Amino acid sequence: MAAAISVDGVSKTYRLYHERNQSLKGAVMSRARVRYESFPALDDVSLEIPAGETFGLIGENGCGKSTLLKCIARILNPDAGSIRTEGKISALLELGAGFHPELSGRDNVYLNGAILGLSRKQLNARFDDIVGFAGLEHFIDTPVKNYSSGMYVRLGFSVAINVDPDILLVDEVLAVGDEEFQRRCSEKFAELKHSGKTVVIVSHALGSVRNLCDEVALLEHGKLLSVGPAGEVIDGYLAEVHVDRVKDGEYGSRWGSGEGKVERVELLGADGAPATEIHTGGPLTLRLHYAMSEPIPQPVFGVAIQTLEGFTVTGPNTRQAGAVPDQLSGTGHVDLRVDRLMLAPGTYDLSVSLYDYSCSHAFDFRYRTLRFDVQRGDPAEEHGVMALGGEWEGAVNPVRR
Amino acid sequence: MRTKLAEYVDSGDLTLNLTLRELRSRYKKSFLGWAWSLLNPLSTVIVYSIVFAFFLKIEPPRGDPSGLKNFAAFLLCGLLPWNYLQGGMTGSMGSLIGNANLIKKVYFPREVFVVSAIGSLLVSFLIELGVLAGILLLLGNMVLPWIPVVLVIVVIQSFFVLGIGFLLSVMNVYFRDVQHLINVALMALFYSAPIVYPISVVPDQAHLGGVTIPLGTLYRLNPLVTLVQSYRDAMYNLRFPPALSILYLIAWSAVLMAVGLWVFQKLDRRLAEEV
Repeated sequence: MAAAISVDGVSKTYRLYHERNQSLKGAVMSRARVRYESFPALDDVSLEIPAGETFGLIGENGCGKSTLLKCIARILNPDAGSIRTEGKISALLELGAGFHPELSGRDNVYLNGAILGLSRKQLNARFDDIVGFAGLEHFIDTPVKNYSSGMYVRLGFSVAINVDPDILLVDEVLAVGDEEFQRRCSEKFAELKHSGKTVVIVSHALGSVRNLCDEVALLEHGKLLSVGPAGEVIDGYLAEVHVDRVKDGEYGSRWGSGEGKVERVELLGADGAPATEIHTGGPLTLRLHYAMSEPIPQPVFGVAIQTLEGFTVTGPNTRQAGAVPDQLSGTGHVDLRVDRLMLAPGTYDLSVSLYDYSCSHAFDFRYRTLRFDVQRGDPAEEHGVMALGGEWEGAVNPVRR
Repeated sequence: MRTKLAEYVDSGDLTLNLTLRELRSRYKKSFLGWAWSLLNPLSTVIVYSIVFAFFLKIEPPRGDPSGLKNFAAFLLCGLLPWNYLQGGMTGSMGSLIGNANLIKKVYFPREVFVVSAIGSLLVSFLIELGVLAGILLLLGNMVLPWIPVVLVIVVIQSFFVLGIGFLLSVMNVYFRDVQHLINVALMALFYSAPIVYPISVVPDQAHLGGVTIPLGTLYRLNPLVTLVQSYRDAMYNLRFPPALSILYLIAWSAVLMAVGLWVFQKLDRRLAEEV
């Protein structure tokens, strides 16, 4: 199939200004010494995206995937190399781009539509659909500044999906929002896929990328590591990276009074050694290292596992399990041993907490302190957040004796 | 280059929409709304009339051949084009910075922002000119047959303003003190053209330390002088501006457009990162 997008040897370097000097004086004075550091965001990336395919760009924060998307969208110009595209491109990097707060919803639909490349005639024809889909018939003549954030996003999305481009570029910002909204996004992507449109998605949520995309490109430090079928690349990526991808404390927030602390969290495999891979249906032990600066009566340890979208999958604690010690002091650790981890393949965030017995006073709460990936295992289920692990009967031709 | 042209054509609807956004939002939440568009020049006329015509006793020249002699009319014929120029310069300087969010999130030719900023000012300018035409008619100046001439000058001036707008808009992204520089320059530019005073008060020659300077000739090199004089010819004097003046203005507009667009293309490449 013909390529809808061909990226050929693209490099992009950002300028990191140490001392932002946006004045003529600064420019004249420091003409000899350039006051910025070059940061290579993309380094000689080449890839082809076939027409009609849903294509994912994955990688760590700062790997260059969003930069590549913006280069394809022509928002940024590459320093070297070229990008060729076939057909009309629409980029959804932000919903409601260019909405003017003082103007009515109606005016903003026309404005936003024009920004996304719709002609007035097309907008006239689709106006009722757009407003209907957003469910804002009664508020369409109200200034947008009086909208709730939900209404704002709905209207923005509604305009965006009606653009009807040949190539749709989507950044993960679209992945935020309530469940209803996400469902609509997914439905719309499926619809676009069926109608033969090319979709390029940048995302952190490996689970949804696996489900949505035909092919995936993995980027690291601006370089293209691998391209191929979604499942293969993602599995390879997960096998490659260390299990706790986000360094403890770097990503999440932390609060609490601090008399007792959860110093460290470890993910251990069956052999008691730090886990290198976590599989659905496999064993996993969460080890919480604590350090109490004073004796704490009846401490309650808890963990929570959330999807990247913020949905809490599970949240066990020692009080519910009836495993609260009378008092703890000094340092030590508690383990949560799981024989069969029934999480579906995907990426999850772990939060840990140390509370008093009433569970109203937090000594230490480490929100989303660790991010880990779960890979395919046994049961070989892929969808949703959990593996049911049931047995299918009657689906295979029974062997009659 | 052809694709760039095709892009410009495709952006027509967008330019229109952004222009409407500017226009609709300009006087939102103000009690008098669109009346401000007329009240602003009116208040300027009152102040200047008191200071220049009453205190300083500046005599407006008698229109030739119209015979009109009225300071307010004389002033407005120069003041309205000036306001358009000044508004276009300050408006275009803010047009990219004010739309930074859009520039970072959506692609379309960024020239559109400058064009729509100036386009919205053009609309107010045309309305103001319409009101001025009414005033001139009341004063007995039969300005109606001269409207096509005025419109030709408006078109030439629009390209003039656009050229400067392209230049200032991107330069201001990279060097924010362009806007402070321009504020100073605008004050000087205002008095460099015969807007509040007739051109007859400018001496032909000036003597500076024994050297004779051909001030009148130098003065007339300023395209703003030509611009204001051309508007006055068409509306106040009711005669054709000299062909040479029109050609001079066209030449300036063409050069400014070429330089402006060239610089804009040059600096456009890194715009999404720098804005």
